[in-house]
Amino acid sequence: MKKRSYVALEDIGITFPTAHGPFTALKNVNLSIEKGEFVALIGHSGCGKSTLLNIVAGLTKATRGVVFVDNEVVDRPGVDRAVIFQDHSLLPWLTVEENVRLAVDKTTPGKSRGERRDWVMHNLELVHMTHAAAKRPQELSGGMKQRVGIARAIAMNPRVLLMDEPFGALDALTRASLQDAVMAIQAQLKNTVVMITHDVDEAVLLADRVVMMTNGPAATIGEDLRIDLPRPRNRIELTEVPEFNHARHAILHFLHERYSNPQEKAA
Amino acid sequence: MSVVPRLHPTRETEAAPPSAEVIAHPQARVAARLLAERKELHPMLVRARAVAAHVLPTLGMVITLLLVWQMLCGSPESRLPSPLTVWEQSNDVILHPFKGVTIDALGLHIQESGDVGIAGHVLNSLGRVAIGYSIAAVLGVLLGTLIGQSVIAYRALDPLFQVLRTVPPLAWLPISLAVFQEARPSTVFLIAITAIWPIILNTAAGVQNIPPSYRNVARVLALTPIEYFFKIMLPATVPMMFTGLRIGVGMSWLAIVAAEMVQGGTGIGFFIWDSYNSSLLTDTIVALIWIGLVGFSLDRIVGWIGRRVARQA
Repeated sequence: MKKRSYVALEDIGITFPTAHGPFTALKNVNLSIEKGEFVALIGHSGCGKSTLLNIVAGLTKATRGVVFVDNEVVDRPGVDRAVIFQDHSLLPWLTVEENVRLAVDKTTPGKSRGERRDWVMHNLELVHMTHAAAKRPQELSGGMKQRVGIARAIAMNPRVLLMDEPFGALDALTRASLQDAVMAIQAQLKNTVVMITHDVDEAVLLADRVVMMTNGPAATIGEDLRIDLPRPRNRIELTEVPEFNHARHAILHFLHERYSNPQEKAA
Repeated sequence: MSVVPRLHPTRETEAAPPSAEVIAHPQARVAARLLAERKELHPMLVRARAVAAHVLPTLGMVITLLLVWQMLCGSPESRLPSPLTVWEQSNDVILHPFKGVTIDALGLHIQESGDVGIAGHVLNSLGRVAIGYSIAAVLGVLLGTLIGQSVIAYRALDPLFQVLRTVPPLAWLPISLAVFQEARPSTVFLIAITAIWPIILNTAAGVQNIPPSYRNVARVLALTPIEYFFKIMLPATVPMMFTGLRIGVGMSWLAIVAAEMVQGGTGIGFFIWDSYNSSLLTDTIVALIWIGLVGFSLDRIVGWIGRRVARQA
């Protein structure tokens, strides 16, 4: 038997019962991710990429197939698979520090109060948010909230970091600075990351591999593109690197010619 | 110094420096005034103005209403006593509310019978409300959480609650008296049964409306049910819960007055009934004002606690 990858999705499928009979959203999804790899999942909206991420997180149960993380079967959500939500999902009644603290308390049993506090502050420092530790989420801008969301997730020291369109709700300038922050953190921590996005540039800039999904129903993985660009990557310099443009072109071709937006086709 | 705020300073007080240019252009005067450095107002004065801007309209309205009331009911043959008549005839009730009420090291004592001031009656009523409302608050929050959290419990109980909540407080009284036999427990029951519905229904709505993203956070963090209750559900529900608790406290105050009018003995409701039977309409008017002010305070107190809790949670 072959050795299983660090994160392994084996024959994942999900079928929902609907009023018009069963609807198969995902079918035969197989994906292997090595430790420390940064994988971007890209596809049109409605292709089931968020569902796939939720299955890895354990928030949604697949109707067939298995997800393994470090050879353990995923059957429920757990602190080993931290999620960064698109809407950041910070709790508004807690301060920034307390929001991160909630996650730290659940993931560092046996540590003293002081040690946990230091760990919280260390992670806030990674996202440059120590200055806002005592603030509440509603006092922060969208980009700052998502920084805290990132801090909360990485503070959990997860085996896999799952990002569900983390920058989708942000303006282009804020998005760029958060992408840079994520790259800087990734260079340091070498997390295993699965990120959902529908931004081609973002996928190529951040990921080691871009996994492209076909359109639903019964969506699956259409193509798996390795991005062999040297790190650290710089968004301005990359525009002149042929490999970067090559990768962009391949993804755009996949998304707009082979599997164009189903909603546009319908219209 | 004048305390009346001048929101619209007149031109004379802040005249622009006269110059040939200024006169030449009609808008220049305005521009010069806007460009001129503003005088820094003393912070105390700014504060006083802000307070006055809030209080003065209310105060003005109260005075106006009193004047209109006095004009309409000032004549001797008026059936409704005028404010001045109320002041003259119920002088004792107004000025000595704490008659028969004493405080010592053992606490508050209200004379059992005889001549008790209006505050004594209010305190008696508040004591009953405190017990009945506390029961309603605890049970209401628990039941509301239950039907908010469990679909089966919601389907089983919500229709019952929807029917029962429309029953007016006084309609419960005969049953309450038959079951409890005594006045005191049946009044407490009456208050609890009146106040509990908005608490249940608002708490349930609050629990049902917890954003799914908070639930997802709880699931990813693998919070235990107890941690989920205290760290997510309770804080997320506090605003709605306190909306229910605020409506509930108002309703329990409505119920106590009605119940005491029927049952007699002590309390502000009894006081009104008693003054009506003794043809002391002016006393009734004083009692109405007390009821209104106490009800208002109860509402504000619960609202204030709600804000404190929401901040702490």
